[in-house]
Amino acid sequence: MLITELKSKEILDSLTQGKVFIINCHGCKEVSFPEKEAEEFEKALGDKVTGILTTDYVCNIDNLPLRLEKHAAAIEAADTVLVLSCGVGVQTVAEHLPGKRVCAACDTYALPGHQGVTPLEHECDQCGQCYLNITGGTCPITACSKSLVNGQCGGAKNGMCEVDPTMECGWERIMRKLKQVDRLDVLKCPIQLRQYNK
Amino acid sequence: MRITELFNDGQFVVTAEVGPPKGIDCSHVVKEAKEYLSGIHAVNVTDNQSSVMRMGSLPVCVAMKNAGLTPILQLTCRDRNRIALQSELLGAAMLGIDNILCLTGDHTRMGDHPGAKPVFDLDSVSLLHTVSQLEKGVDLAGNELVGEAPKFAKGAVVSPCSDSVDAQLAKMERKVMAGAEYFQTQAVFDSEKFISFMEKAKQFGKPVQLGVIIPKSAGMCKFMNNNVAGVHVPQHMIDALAADKERAKAGITSVEIAAQIIKECRPYCQGLHIMALGWEDKVPELIKLAGL
Ligand code: SF4
Ligand code: SF4
Repeated sequence: MLITELKSKEILDSLTQGKVFIINCHGCKEVSFPEKEAEEFEKALGDKVTGILTTDYVCNIDNLPLRLEKHAAAIEAADTVLVLSCGVGVQTVAEHLPGKRVCAACDTYALPGHQGVTPLEHECDQCGQCYLNITGGTCPITACSKSLVNGQCGGAKNGMCEVDPTMECGWERIMRKLKQVDRLDVLKCPIQLRQYNK
Repeated sequence: MRITELFNDGQFVVTAEVGPPKGIDCSHVVKEAKEYLSGIHAVNVTDNQSSVMRMGSLPVCVAMKNAGLTPILQLTCRDRNRIALQSELLGAAMLGIDNILCLTGDHTRMGDHPGAKPVFDLDSVSLLHTVSQLEKGVDLAGNELVGEAPKFAKGAVVSPCSDSVDAQLAKMERKVMAGAEYFQTQAVFDSEKFISFMEKAKQFGKPVQLGVIIPKSAGMCKFMNNNVAGVHVPQHMIDALAADKERAKAGITSVEIAAQIIKECRPYCQGLHIMALGWEDKVPELIKLAGL
């Protein structure tokens, strides 16, 4: 089981400065989603919202492109696509909207039991402090061999990870996306420290 | 003495690196350092370098200090969590070790105990931040320290010839934010790349020591090109080493190559960091040839 919980009001405010398109994933049944809180939060955003897509299995890559296409104009009009789902959902959306700033509105925590039906390309370790907003939608916990949250180590060679030369360095992916959406400035955020009691 | 005082003094700060032994006797390392490295400002003592288990950095730093040298304690995040790292820092301060270099560290998989658990509770940036906290008299959890707070010269590393210079610069900026006061670089063989890196790095206003490896042979250079991140030896240097085997073997060509790089880069940096990798005896000659 996983639990997704809305981030703090302060963080949500910082993510919703411009126009926002919202994606709610009511998930696989293994994920508990904060439906009521999400609804209140979205209502309060008023006309900042260019559109809302509420769906299940946002990580299903067979359906996602079609679903996004239906909302193409509203997504285009938004500065930020805000995804309310587990970490895998956010990563999947970020990958399908390469030129867009895609942000996570939730933190994902682990509970014992089945972890849900997720595609193999993206992993979420349910760290409880979702970092996807400072990494352009690539999970630093699972895509980096050292789970580094403050930037690339000195070990990447030709874009590949020092631990496994067949694996692209996760921070290489992160830097690529941040450049693409012209958001390298997010790396000036405060020093990140993981809390393993989450 | 903290080496930040030397930088503040406007000196071109020269350091070199030594590795502790895999055993309980470090007298050889200290003797060599005394013999060949006494003329330079400080000596880095590595922390289980390349994830290969050896004696710790701290005891060897103390032995160096007792021998009259100025040691720099290298500290990686690979083997210790935030409790152990802070505890080590307090111990270092008590023992009079006041120069440190904070690194993330190579992955355990790269060394001689590949089955060891990689820790990486902190990374180079959050470790620097932790040291800055201790210097304010509180630990990372916000608890007050008893008595006087420690004070270190806080160093960090950067890789100017990395394939991802932007990622390196972004990380360098975060290290400065976290309290880094000086930088040592990964080995540079391409002066032009280094100079253009320094153009961008000088905005951070922190002294940078050019990292230099004395290239021992053409084979070693090829190995580094294929395996060591951020290191690229140009073909003409490899050719020079291959051309005259006798001179190369005696280290003459090697020292000439390293000296040339230092001369070209010197106007753009604030110091030199030598990774002699066993060729400590060549360091005095290198310093002389580079005109330092
Ligand atoms: S940073 Fe990664 S592990 Fe943490 S919640 Fe986000 S996707 Fe999951
Ligand atoms: S090379 Fe990249 S993916 Fe590998 S540990 Fe370093 S930063 Fe992480």
